[in-house]
Amino acid sequence: MSAEATVRRAPRGGLRGRASAVLFRRAWLRAVLLLSAPGAWFVLIYLAALAILFVSAFWRVDGFTGKLVHAWNVDNFRQLVENPTYRTIALRTIGIAAAVTVTDALLAIPFAYFAARLASRRLQAVLFVIVLVPLWTSYLVRVYAWRLILAKDGIVNWALHGIGLGSVDVAYSNWAMWIVFSYIWLPFMILPVWVAFERVPASFLEASADLGARARTTFRRVLLPLVLPGVVAGSIFTFSLTLGDFITPTLVGGAGSDFIGNVVYRNVGIASNVPFAAAFATIPLLVMAVYLAIARRLGAFEAL
Amino acid sequence: MTGTRVPAREERRATLAPAVRVSGLRKAYGAVVALERLELEVLAGEFFTLLGPSGSGKTTTLRLIAGFEAPDDGAVELDGVDVTRRPPYQRDVNTVFQDYALFPHMTVAQNVAYGLMVRGVGRRDRAARAAQALQMVRLGDLGERKPVQLSGGQRQRVALARALVNRPRVLLLDEPLGALDLKLRQEMQLELQRIQRELSERITFVYVTHDQDEALAMSDRIAVFSRGRIEQVGSPREIYEHPANEFVAGFVGTSNLLEEDGLRVTVRPEKVELLAPDAPVAPGLRREPGVVRDVVYLGSVTRYVVELDRGETLVALRQNTDVAVAAAPDAERGRRVLLAWSPEHANTVAAGDDVEHVEEEG
Repeated sequence: MSAEATVRRAPRGGLRGRASAVLFRRAWLRAVLLLSAPGAWFVLIYLAALAILFVSAFWRVDGFTGKLVHAWNVDNFRQLVENPTYRTIALRTIGIAAAVTVTDALLAIPFAYFAARLASRRLQAVLFVIVLVPLWTSYLVRVYAWRLILAKDGIVNWALHGIGLGSVDVAYSNWAMWIVFSYIWLPFMILPVWVAFERVPASFLEASADLGARARTTFRRVLLPLVLPGVVAGSIFTFSLTLGDFITPTLVGGAGSDFIGNVVYRNVGIASNVPFAAAFATIPLLVMAVYLAIARRLGAFEAL
Repeated sequence: MTGTRVPAREERRATLAPAVRVSGLRKAYGAVVALERLELEVLAGEFFTLLGPSGSGKTTTLRLIAGFEAPDDGAVELDGVDVTRRPPYQRDVNTVFQDYALFPHMTVAQNVAYGLMVRGVGRRDRAARAAQALQMVRLGDLGERKPVQLSGGQRQRVALARALVNRPRVLLLDEPLGALDLKLRQEMQLELQRIQRELSERITFVYVTHDQDEALAMSDRIAVFSRGRIEQVGSPREIYEHPANEFVAGFVGTSNLLEEDGLRVTVRPEKVELLAPDAPVAPGLRREPGVVRDVVYLGSVTRYVVELDRGETLVALRQNTDVAVAAAPDAERGRRVLLAWSPEHANTVAAGDDVEHVEEEG
């Protein structure tokens, strides 16, 4: 080794040099600097809004003047529980969100398995784009497209009629919502499941086969438990996105297919009953909180 | 392929069919030929090592025996039965993987019992056998832990127990000690040999490594691989003392190649005596004068690199019994010396096409 190769690095002086040295030594200071802006946004806008939402759920609107009355009461919640209409709406929302989640999981698992483990590199790239392309187009355009597809004289019935299978009447129903939601949120399920499949080393599958397991047993005993956190992560997206939606129910659900979001929307915009809207909006919040607690126990967040 | 195929235990060959026989095995990945017409026989109960640099085809051979991949041509026989077309789960072999491949969502005990479970062994029976297997690798009390809670050496033992609990005819080990540090590796080498000895029915071990010391220390026989071919098969002693060609001489130990009477010969460094230029040499010894070019102190020995007057370079090892020599290696540099060795230690070797190796990922 030559002597020139070992040039001594002079310590950097000046304020900047000292500041960087201080930052290098103190991890907490770096954390403070990195998190101050997003932290402020989170606390001021997000948490504050949530707090106000929750507090206002315990207020009421004066029926005569239409003004907000800051008097503590639980009338809004009592109405939610006692009025069968709202109960139906809440159950419909949660039920369809659950159905959509299950459907997407059932579609995503085989697709993601193929994409992550069987497809060639090139095919993987193509599949990745195919999964993402719908997300580049407007949500509204896609929902309207489904209106045309599912309509009484739409593509589905035209095709069914063409092959002599009669027709189905799914337009403007819960079925239509289930189909459209499943389609719209599918990419949000596929991507985490895909990643989960990719993270399972090939040697695990070889080890399972080596120890005597057929493909089916390997899938059930090794692969599925290891990708389950990915499925749960995806289901958080599909479930919560469906839970909070009000556009798809309006456009493809038709009359009598209200979601919680629709009721909230009308109470804020038309009825001007913000406290009741706030009370109803806490329902999906509670459902999600329970769901996330369960997901956490399943180890879903280790796969995120 | 110039394999002198002399088994370590002559008597065994006469009585037992080979546990593994590989014939005409060929495997290519696109344009890269990983194995070229491989012939190999592993005897029952043997500790057989596939030794070679990365990309030499040793791991491919192991994977073809396990059934993870199908050969382009040729056959794999286990106990005389052709299993070439069988999937891994229909072969009576088990593998210890280089990365251990322990299932992270199962406990150690569940991992070890996995093979028994998928084969339908009853719950109580498999718990007992798993516990026994863990006992054998001295991890008896760690059954309830998850693999992430274990050290590398412990995971290695679990992988071993998981494979052995099924009592396979052949155990395949793919560089199982590669990720461990030297001390632990040497410990596990002894441990592996002990376990093979202690098994009531002796299991055939086929062991893949690129570490020549490991191969020499553990094996009954070694097959030296290079570029998809076997260069030599033999006992550690045969491989080291009588390398068949330049590649084997260079890969297993230091080669010390010389040209003698138009032949290529190799002398192991520890067989070369280092003498003063005017020292008397016993009759019958080969002698070559030269200059010390480099001296490396290695603890128990000192390595001398000597440039011979006739042009070649030889390495000689000297035991560090004399503290004075060991203490001042720098003073030795440039000194004139005489190298001497007995002709019986000079092996004639076949010239390889080249000794240098193309490193490929295998």
